[in-house]
Amino acid sequence: MFGRDEKVPAMRLTASQYIILGIFLILAYGLWRLQVMQSDYYSLAAEKNRIRNVPVLAPRGKILDREGRVIVDNYPSFSALLLRDSSRDLNADADLIAMGLHLNPDEVRARIKRFALMPQYQPIFLKEDITPDELQFIEAHRNELPELDTIMAHRRLYPRNGFMAHIIGYVGEVSDDMLNQPAFELYNPGDVVGISGVERQYNTLLMGKNGSRQALVDSKGREVGRLGETEAIPGKQLKLTIDLDLQIAAEEQLQGKNGAVVAMDPHTGEILAMASGPTFDPNDFAVRVSRDEWTKLVNDPDKPLLNKAIQAQLAPGSTFKIIMSVAGWQDHIAQDLHVNCAGGAEFYGRRFGCWVKGGHGAVDLEKAIYQSCDVFFYTLANKMGIDRIAKYATDFGLGQKTGIDLPNEVSGVMPSEEWKIRNFKQKWFAGETISVGIGQGAIAITPVQLLRAISTISMGGRMVVPHVINPVDMPPGYVEAARYTEVKQVPIDPNGWNFITDAMSRVLLPEGTAPSAHVPGIDIAGKTGSAQVVSLALRAKAKNQDDFAQNGWFVGFTPRRNPDIVVCVLFQGGEHGRLAARLATQVIKAYVDKQHRTPQKMVQQPKNGTVDIGGLWTAPGSDGDTDDLKAARFAVDLPKKKMVLATAAPGMN
Amino acid sequence: MSRYVSYRDFDWLLMGFVLLICGLGVMEIHSATMHTKFAGAHIKQIYWVVAGVGVMFLMSLINYQALLDQIHWFYIASVASLVAVLLFGTKALGAKRWIKMPGGNHFQPSEWVKLILILAMAKFFADMRQRELSWSDFFKAGAIIGVPMLLVLKQPDLGTALTYIPIAAMGMFLGGLQWRQGLAIFLVAAVGIGVVLYVPAISHHVLKGYQKQRLTSYQDPDSDPQGAGYQVKQSMIAVGSGGIWGGKGSQTHGAFLPIPQTDFIFAAFSEEHGFVGALGVLLLYFIVLMRLTQNAQTAPDRAGTFVVMGVVAVLSFHVLVNVGMVVGFMPVTGIPLPLMSYGGSSVLFMFLALGMVMNVRMRRFVN
Repeated sequence: MFGRDEKVPAMRLTASQYIILGIFLILAYGLWRLQVMQSDYYSLAAEKNRIRNVPVLAPRGKILDREGRVIVDNYPSFSALLLRDSSRDLNADADLIAMGLHLNPDEVRARIKRFALMPQYQPIFLKEDITPDELQFIEAHRNELPELDTIMAHRRLYPRNGFMAHIIGYVGEVSDDMLNQPAFELYNPGDVVGISGVERQYNTLLMGKNGSRQALVDSKGREVGRLGETEAIPGKQLKLTIDLDLQIAAEEQLQGKNGAVVAMDPHTGEILAMASGPTFDPNDFAVRVSRDEWTKLVNDPDKPLLNKAIQAQLAPGSTFKIIMSVAGWQDHIAQDLHVNCAGGAEFYGRRFGCWVKGGHGAVDLEKAIYQSCDVFFYTLANKMGIDRIAKYATDFGLGQKTGIDLPNEVSGVMPSEEWKIRNFKQKWFAGETISVGIGQGAIAITPVQLLRAISTISMGGRMVVPHVINPVDMPPGYVEAARYTEVKQVPIDPNGWNFITDAMSRVLLPEGTAPSAHVPGIDIAGKTGSAQVVSLALRAKAKNQDDFAQNGWFVGFTPRRNPDIVVCVLFQGGEHGRLAARLATQVIKAYVDKQHRTPQKMVQQPKNGTVDIGGLWTAPGSDGDTDDLKAARFAVDLPKKKMVLATAAPGMN
Repeated sequence: MSRYVSYRDFDWLLMGFVLLICGLGVMEIHSATMHTKFAGAHIKQIYWVVAGVGVMFLMSLINYQALLDQIHWFYIASVASLVAVLLFGTKALGAKRWIKMPGGNHFQPSEWVKLILILAMAKFFADMRQRELSWSDFFKAGAIIGVPMLLVLKQPDLGTALTYIPIAAMGMFLGGLQWRQGLAIFLVAAVGIGVVLYVPAISHHVLKGYQKQRLTSYQDPDSDPQGAGYQVKQSMIAVGSGGIWGGKGSQTHGAFLPIPQTDFIFAAFSEEHGFVGALGVLLLYFIVLMRLTQNAQTAPDRAGTFVVMGVVAVLSFHVLVNVGMVVGFMPVTGIPLPLMSYGGSSVLFMFLALGMVMNVRMRRFVN
């Protein structure tokens, strides 16, 4: 019986062996043919065979402001190379080379030595970013020093002193870590990509694609043929929504301070200005940043590399009272709430103080807003409870990312009962709600979140997505344009909207908390905030009280309803919101001034041609009898030149 | 079945030759990648080889009979994994071949499926009840190989799909393939290849553009100087310029030989060590294959023979296709040279396969 133990026919096994032998003989023949029979032919081919792939660099797209003014551009940067596949004595020439390129000749020789082990066809980079006279030197010595060559690269030129550094970002060589991420799969080591800001967010658009030129060179390095060329695709230019004039105003206001200034058009979500302090100079990164420089920036406690507008998560302080007001109104509590503020109140066995030690006296919602009475909002918060507050706050986008088109936005925190259990496995204590009522405690938000929330309220509930690129300017299908034109309507009672925005416009009047920030002639509504960084008691004990100075906040807009512009200022260590208010109102003033300067579009008088005139007249001889009027339209030619009236008196023209 | 398996029966001689080939591979990888961005690859290759040896020892411990008894499950699992790649696989360089594992590694199922197929074939033919292969068994065997092959072809990965064929071929040949069946296969294959390559309507549909180009340009490398034909031409220049004793390796080092550490490792080696060196390596492979065949002859049962010969078939096919490509006899297929080409999948697969061979050999006195 034929079974499992029946052996495989020996003949077939042997046949397999012979087949394999045959295969190997064929392969050996293949080797013989190439290596013995035609060896000379191939050796020659190898000699002739040098293809040089010269990259044709694609310039990176420019970055412009909303009016088309250039903010970031490229400049051609030349690097000096030393070619080593020629028969020159490099060491002998080193002195001349060093002189022309302003290098140390010993250094040049050392470098030549160091590269001796590398393959000959690889050139040595002698100097990057050479000056025009050095470039001239190389050109002039083409015959005496044929081993010197140049290669041109485009380098990014950023505004100096860190102007707009956080929005723009900077470029750099793609790192090994980045190459491992799926988003960067198609890039090669040595590619220059955007690392932060808009340069990174829109890198694909800005980058373009390098082409290449394939040249056939012989063993002397001379081009003996051209194989092909793929054209470079230049990067596309990017038009930001930023208004350069406003940006300048914002950066001026933030000069020397820590914090952020953001300005937005509340109808569309276009960001008109965004500044963060302290700042850094991205031009330092453009060539190559030294490790010391980098470490210094990263370890700086003021965090210059952070874009605080979207990455600073801090307690909003009294600015949160506006959201509280809307929340309280929607729940029908705030409008009828009257509180007697005596400088503090007790909740759950603890005393919560008001910033006016003596108290505000009788306070209603309106006074609570423009006088920023803490006790009122403690009471309101206590009545509403954290979950109601959280509901409204999240409706207005707090505690979530705004989705702005810049990288690394953070989401902040809007606490709630569920949040506490999920993150701390503990129940939320009612006592914790009290501090949240005035924007302290567990709540932490970013300036751009606050901006959007207040903007929504000022627009009667129209919530937009902030963005720095206008979706209209994008190539079709590039950005999810729909995402940035998305508008949500958050329900706000129109009466509440009117009431609260009116109260907010009293903040900058003498009875409010920031009268010194008032700008004559402009109706600005807003809210100040002074957010504690640590508890007041702790701060009193601290050795250096300045370390724990409060953060000043202000959000303002004009006009008070359906505004044209909303501005949010975070002034770290600014102590009082009114200082932040001054910065903000100056930015608003810059905006308003610009509006006044821009010529309004009016009906133009035609300079040449005809004018339409209509006329009514009584018939001749009817003595003004208006029962019989004639009417007609005339097209009258305008006089081409000034006519001198015959009846003009002398001297009158 | 006695449990007594001793490591004296381990084929140390085989392992010696195998490690010798691996050593030459590491040496050549080092030389080829010295000045490139892949420098240090030879160290990784050493790790793979060491891991491979470990895997080989482990594999030899399991009784292959037990594996064969469970082969149905493994087969289903492997087909499932191929389907998973088609459904969930990550696309890289235009092909869906890998599944992303947690931890960022990539898992390429088509390699492991090869092993399963060798075992599946072995079981199928071992269980056959006739001396000659009946037509129904013929088609059944075809299906066992064919289903995974089609799944791999869909990825698309023509090269790997082709490597499944020798498993079927060897199995059928040893399992009693009739002359008529052999002739049928030959005719169908010839006609099929002809039609697929040269009838535009069909070739457009079946083969991707680059695959077709690869297959046709090997006949005339000059027709496509910068594409697939370029690679073969460069390879031939590299090999040829090696002469009898070897040259300076200007092509390998000068970046004219593309990917010298993987597919074209043999070209790099031939350039540096000439005809003498290249022939030597071929001889080493031949010795390994003959030794393997000997292990097949002394296997305790039919199944064992089939397992070992399956490994022989795959190894021979790889060597044929890869070296054939290097000397210009075959089109570029992306098939690595086993034991020498850089790459964890290939190294591990070979050592697993060798482990199975050891497995069979060590139990040859059993029963």
